[in-house]
Amino acid sequence: MAERKPIKGITIESTEKLIAETLAEMPEKAQKKRAPHLGANEPSASPCAVKSNKKVVPGIMSQRGCAYAGAKGVVWGPIRDMIHISHGPVGCGVYSWGTRRNLMQGIPGVTSFPMDFTSDFQERDIVYGGDLKLEKLIREADELFPLNKGMSVLSECPVGLIGDDINSTARKMEKELDKLVVPCNCEGFRGVSQSLGHHISNDSIRDHIIGKFKFKEEAGPYDIALIGDYNIGGDVWAAKPILEEIGLTVKSVWTGDGEVEKIGATHSVKLNLIHCYRSMNYMCKVMEEKWNIPWLEYNFFGPTKIEESLRAIGEMFDDKIKKNVEKVIKKYKPEMKSVVDQYKPRLDGKTAMLFVGGLRPRHTIGAYEDLGIQITGAGYEFAHQDDYDRTAPEMAKGTLIYDDVSEFELEKFVEELKPDLVGSGIKEKYVFQKAGIPFRQMHSWDYSGPYHGYEGFKIFARDIDMAINSPTWDLVKSPF
Amino acid sequence: MSAAEAAVKFVTETPEKEITRVKEWINTEEYKEKNFERTALVVNPAHACQPLGAQMVATGFEGALPFIHGSQGCASYFRSTFSRHYREPSAATCDAMTEDGAVFGGQNNLFEGLENAYALYKPTMIPVFTTCMPEVIGDDLNAYIKNAKKKELIPADLPTPYANTPSFNGTHIHGYDAMLRSILQDLTTDKKIEDKGTGKLNIIPGFDGNVGNLREYKRICELMGIPYTMLADVSDVFDSGCDGEYKLYPGGTKIEDAAESINGKATVSMMKYSTLNTMKFINCEYSGAKEVLSMPFGVKKTDEMLLKLSELFGKPIPEQLKKERALAVDAMTDAHQYLHGLKFAVVGDPDYLLGIVSFLLEMGAHPWHVLCSRATKKFKKEMDALLESSPFGEGCTCYINKDLWHMRSLLATDPVAGIIGDTHAKFAARDAKIPLFRIGFPIIDRVNLHRSPVVGYTGAINMLSMIANKFLDIKDETCEDQWFEMMR
Ligand code: SF4
Repeated sequence: MAERKPIKGITIESTEKLIAETLAEMPEKAQKKRAPHLGANEPSASPCAVKSNKKVVPGIMSQRGCAYAGAKGVVWGPIRDMIHISHGPVGCGVYSWGTRRNLMQGIPGVTSFPMDFTSDFQERDIVYGGDLKLEKLIREADELFPLNKGMSVLSECPVGLIGDDINSTARKMEKELDKLVVPCNCEGFRGVSQSLGHHISNDSIRDHIIGKFKFKEEAGPYDIALIGDYNIGGDVWAAKPILEEIGLTVKSVWTGDGEVEKIGATHSVKLNLIHCYRSMNYMCKVMEEKWNIPWLEYNFFGPTKIEESLRAIGEMFDDKIKKNVEKVIKKYKPEMKSVVDQYKPRLDGKTAMLFVGGLRPRHTIGAYEDLGIQITGAGYEFAHQDDYDRTAPEMAKGTLIYDDVSEFELEKFVEELKPDLVGSGIKEKYVFQKAGIPFRQMHSWDYSGPYHGYEGFKIFARDIDMAINSPTWDLVKSPF
Repeated sequence: MSAAEAAVKFVTETPEKEITRVKEWINTEEYKEKNFERTALVVNPAHACQPLGAQMVATGFEGALPFIHGSQGCASYFRSTFSRHYREPSAATCDAMTEDGAVFGGQNNLFEGLENAYALYKPTMIPVFTTCMPEVIGDDLNAYIKNAKKKELIPADLPTPYANTPSFNGTHIHGYDAMLRSILQDLTTDKKIEDKGTGKLNIIPGFDGNVGNLREYKRICELMGIPYTMLADVSDVFDSGCDGEYKLYPGGTKIEDAAESINGKATVSMMKYSTLNTMKFINCEYSGAKEVLSMPFGVKKTDEMLLKLSELFGKPIPEQLKKERALAVDAMTDAHQYLHGLKFAVVGDPDYLLGIVSFLLEMGAHPWHVLCSRATKKFKKEMDALLESSPFGEGCTCYINKDLWHMRSLLATDPVAGIIGDTHAKFAARDAKIPLFRIGFPIIDRVNLHRSPVVGYTGAINMLSMIANKFLDIKDETCEDQWFEMMR
């Protein structure tokens, strides 16, 4: 891949100076801990020098969530036909109820469960343990929601501390109900971020779900699974049709708008296509080892990356699919061109800084670039080394890379680099908007979307243009 | 075939007939009974955990940085919840305890966290509160914070009130109470001067997500010429302007004012249930009169509040407020026909519920299903008495410790015209095909409602307009052509 053109005013030296100045305001110990997580990009460096997946430095105002958030919010919550039990006190379940935008089909409370199921721990549950309560509530849930296809039990902080054994309760109830009851020990204090929650959830899927089901119909040569698309704002519904258009059969989706039995039968597919590498690479690797299923990372943000990805997917199949790929690319070209023609003139030369979970900063770069926007800084809440290694080549030399950035740091960086847009989360949004800087939430698509696929790019382009060019920003500076 | 392979099941499709059956079944009386029988499972609760309430209080003092002792994830949940509701920044920091904290306790995290938070964000006060984790392992906050000061990680004179806010006990309103009590206790220590009152009124708004309400209280005081200090005043923090500069600490109760509050002429709490312990402390320690008022929803409760303030400060009710009262009554008499006789479901925190119910009764509407997802029998008694006080309360029922899935059954089996509550009630409203009037916390799917007061005479007009006009909109949108009219 050709290296990005340098961005005016940004050099390794200028970025390093900015980092040094920012660190200088911290206590020494914090400086030492934070320094390895900030760096000026060296596109050809492998591995990327920025360190990641380390403990949050206490007190710095990190934006990270916890293992439970990674399990319930990310992996489990989108599986629409299961009941997901937030096991522990009331808070976690309430805060994560309906706040991720993983849309799902079905009739709520009948065939789909976009709700908050919790054991609402009280003092006595802490003292005497919650296993019996769990048993009871699983029975109650199955009785009141008989069409559920299984349940997940997601531990919150106290559960692991009081010595409850959700695993044996789950086993017992699975037998009793003859339905999946999957324990997931994702207490919020485990690990350093959402990331461990993903991993623990993947492990529970491996141990309790995958391989337990099979499709009625014969396996076909074009069977694939979509891994790591959570249907935020309807992303799956924009991505799946493209894959079907090139002749593939999407047998299951992990986990956006997902169905648990189909997830459990995924081991019969010919290829796993993975969008969010961070949260689900583990399962792809398991299926590769155990069932010999190859996997491929793809990126459906913006026409350039979509085309690149489609061709790579085509390479995994025969000429028929390859031909279809070219047909599909050709079909959407004019429409994509007209989107770019409409918005690029207004966005060309603008810059943006991104800070999102574990995938989107690098994955959306292409879509921004399709619109003429350059990325001057990027970083992740909970990425690992392999994510940063995949990021470095997508960014221009000297641009800023920040891992688990604190509010203090990000504010300084934005103040200095003055991007035309910041793309990050709800906790950051209003900080920057107060400063008059256009902002889009890049976890939730700011209540818009989908952003995946051809359909998604149209909406993405419109939203980014709307954010940057809204006349409301002109009102910020008062004349008096 | 091996046993393992034999155990592999086919992917199933639920038959349409089954789906239809269950879809109808969940609306039946039989289902309702089953639903009300559950004792372990909670579905769609309408309450949150203690530290959320603590964070609201901690945010309400000028220059204060809320500090969460416990898991990082909780901190992110609280901040996100406030940012979604207010569409504002919600600064708070956390000492991010992890597995080793669970083993060795969280002192080291607290040390490092306090040092960094103070150095980076230069707060005037660091109120500390807890998540589940340190509560379960039994961290000794008092000792830890003292030790942090001894080690000079933060200045010895920096106020660091702390509250234990275990989530497996009470709800967000109790966290509010615990944190407020602790902050006031801390700031007012040694500040009492006998015979030297400030002449001021202390107002405690309680856990109220409506900054318009807070501002309405202040406006009323100003109109009455009563000098006041609002304690835990989040109005300018959770509703700050956009002028091109982000301010980490855009407002809140001044620390000196909070410290001086102990010498006030009177202290009133606008929310009984979220200030029980705070008021206990104030009753013992503060100078002046102490009163717990009912939230001034509707005309009667607003009258009560004004009369009380007038009595406490010997000030007459100003002409302006008399005029506003008349305007509210005018609006209510004009529009009574759109609400009279209609049944409503109401869900929320205890004090909000008492206020909304009082307003509905005033309008001649029936607060048919009143549901609080965590409350005491005392509250239920109070609510029952309120319902009994009016003929419009006849047949109405108050449910405590029930959730929004119970509410769904109530709406399906005993229908009402509309439901009043926070955003979480939208699923129940949709299933029942009735409008949701968003009053409460959080409101995360509409803009600006938190800015428009629902208390006081102004609030009564706002609520009335919101409710009546919605019913008229529905009529216009759904009626057949021959019933579509120019006037309503
Ligand atoms: S772990 Fe406890 S304190 Fe944290 S969000 Fe969950 S219930 Fe609240």
